[in-house]
Amino acid sequence: MNPISQACRMLGSCMKLKWGVFQTLLGFIITFWIWNIGSVQAKPYVPESDSAIVEHVPLSGDPRIRQIRDAQLELSQDPRNLELAVHLARQLVELGRAEADPRYDGYAQSALQPWWNSSTPPSDVLFLRALLRQRSHHFDEALEDLTQVLHNRPRDAQAWLTSAVIHQVRGHYEEARKTCLPLLRLTNALVSTTCITNVASLNGQAQESYQSLLNIFSLTPSADPQQKLWTLTILAETAMRLGNTSAAEEHFQEALSLGIRDTYLLGAYSDWLLDQHRPADVQTLLQNDFRPDGLLLRAALSAQQLNNPQLPHHVASLSSRFADSRLRRDTRHLREEARFTLHLLKHPKQALHLAQENWTVQREPWDARILLEAALATGDHKAAQPVIQWINDVRLEDEQIHRLMEQLT
Amino acid sequence: MSLWLAFISLFILDLFGSVAAHAHKPSDSYLRLTVHEEAMQGQWDIALRDLDYAIGLDGNTDGEITWQETRSRHSAIASYALSRLEIRDHKSACWMHPTGHRIDHHSDGAYAVLDFSTRCPTTPTQLTINYGLLFDLDALHRGLLQVEHNGTTQTAVFSPERSNVKLNLLSSSPWREFFQFALEGVWHIWIGYDHILFLISLLLPAVLWWRDGQWNPVGYFGRACGEVLKIVTSFTLAHSVTLSLSALHLMTLPSRWVESIIAGSVVLAALHNLYPVMPIRRWIVAFGFGLIHGFGFASVLADLSLPTTSMLMTLAGFNFGVEFGQIGIVSLFLPLAFLLRRSWTYRILVLRLGSLGIAGLASLWMLERSLDRPFSSWLW
Repeated sequence: MNPISQACRMLGSCMKLKWGVFQTLLGFIITFWIWNIGSVQAKPYVPESDSAIVEHVPLSGDPRIRQIRDAQLELSQDPRNLELAVHLARQLVELGRAEADPRYDGYAQSALQPWWNSSTPPSDVLFLRALLRQRSHHFDEALEDLTQVLHNRPRDAQAWLTSAVIHQVRGHYEEARKTCLPLLRLTNALVSTTCITNVASLNGQAQESYQSLLNIFSLTPSADPQQKLWTLTILAETAMRLGNTSAAEEHFQEALSLGIRDTYLLGAYSDWLLDQHRPADVQTLLQNDFRPDGLLLRAALSAQQLNNPQLPHHVASLSSRFADSRLRRDTRHLREEARFTLHLLKHPKQALHLAQENWTVQREPWDARILLEAALATGDHKAAQPVIQWINDVRLEDEQIHRLMEQLT
Repeated sequence: MSLWLAFISLFILDLFGSVAAHAHKPSDSYLRLTVHEEAMQGQWDIALRDLDYAIGLDGNTDGEITWQETRSRHSAIASYALSRLEIRDHKSACWMHPTGHRIDHHSDGAYAVLDFSTRCPTTPTQLTINYGLLFDLDALHRGLLQVEHNGTTQTAVFSPERSNVKLNLLSSSPWREFFQFALEGVWHIWIGYDHILFLISLLLPAVLWWRDGQWNPVGYFGRACGEVLKIVTSFTLAHSVTLSLSALHLMTLPSRWVESIIAGSVVLAALHNLYPVMPIRRWIVAFGFGLIHGFGFASVLADLSLPTTSMLMTLAGFNFGVEFGQIGIVSLFLPLAFLLRRSWTYRILVLRLGSLGIAGLASLWMLERSLDRPFSSWLW
């Protein structure tokens, strides 16, 4: 081989190599660019004009807020005024629920501050403290407070009901059932039946519970709309677990028609629609109200099913919300974060850790489901075993979960 | 009777929504301090909503806060916030002075950014920070502190129960972190079979050379060494680049793709040993797929999700560990392979059957990763 042709070949391979490097770099630049669309790089700035609107505070002119501010001012003059503090805290707790905004929980706790760290505060304070503690997922402490309330006021229906729901969320069905029973003589038939059948529906008697709840519901057409909303949501969820598609749809629709915009209902209905592969209906349902993390999660999941261009934007905002919670060491969002990490970030191992951590705190069907999904995605079938064992022990009936269990065994 | 029923129904929704979505988020402020000598730069992000609640910003209560409304309250914001913050070095108080006001956005809305400078009597060595913002109004408020000093970052969370934080500016050791992550890196390369198998597949023929349709042993150690050096260096270079890009959130790829391509790279590298017909040099293969392996390392680093104070040290440490582990593997492999290179065992058993086995195993990985169906778990 002559030196010239050898040189040519070397040059050729060099050129090829350079072209290859160039292509690789180009590929990188394009990927980088695509990945950065949607994630806006936030940096502090000075607005250009005085009239620029920097923030919306929708409630600043609201009469409820003005009342609350007046009450706070009054309380600051007389911080140990129990009646005033309880009245204010109750208003704030209710506002926090209606707006689904935890800032009001903080204001409520501040109003109760003189009694907050006491081991035996007055019963009214105890009950509000229990509500605030369960909202921040301190379930043990909340139950201790409720036990004290019930010791002082054994006929307190709210306290019985609250305890029952906390036990149910934690998957302690026997305790939950026992705590629902006193409601039979303390409150109306719809509330007590809903409490009892909700527990039983998770505990091996889904079909029977569904029937009894449906019967009692049809007998009480004049019930309070919020009670109706509660019952209808439970009917829908039970029908959904039993795989009764048309009944679930009907109950969800009837609940929505009550006209109360409820975050829990919207979340549960969205999940069901996602399972039915109806992502477009989720988008219509949520109507761009993405303030609650849980609703933004469902919006992102529906955008994923639809291949909607909004997806990267939703994923970026969810990432930053979860990062913020982690900074303040807040663990209330573990279930949502596990779903986000598994389905949107596609990091199954990390999702499994989150789901396992979440499982130590709460045990509703979704908590089991996300753990099984993550275990399946990682191939770590062993991790699913304790949950499968638990589902078999409590005889949880849930179509989706049983499908996952079959894949895992 | 109806009164308590109303109150019950009021809380029913609250209860059964107890694990439902929590909208917005509780109140946080972000306090960042950068320490240089005796001067410190502070940046304090406080939610406009919280400031509106505490000192009133929406002057005309129309539900909208304009920049003008914020600007007119700048001195009130500075004195409200700075009077609730105290920074001391040992016993002596440091003096704070506002230097500017800006706006920033966090996940729950717009924040007032208060820039301030701090001066202590001497170069600070032990800071005590006392934080009292909003605790009187909102017991769930938290102050998220981040102190940067000499390239390290220390973090803390202020709460009503813990409003006082002591930081030792001398003891923070970036090296400790570096070594912790270096260990993680070594550990990962040893348990990450796919990376080892990829490297081994590329290295197996390094003690041989392809001529006349078959593998022949190389003459001297230096030649094998040079080949190994080229492969390992280009693999290292490539995965360091993408590991850094991904860890610094500059670029990410879906992990399913990454994991599938990594498995695919092992298959290709192993098959190439059986039929080395492709006119491509092994170091180029090492570089190209090294880029993808880097993303794989990054997801491990993300999965560790350890509390990090300095991303740079973490990254450098982890990368160093990965390299160190790699060198360990190479220094075990190379002398052994060189000694055995003439034997039938090496050329047939190790190179051919070994590569075949690796290709088979990696194909299985590739299938299950790309289809998202784990079916080889019974293998181990």
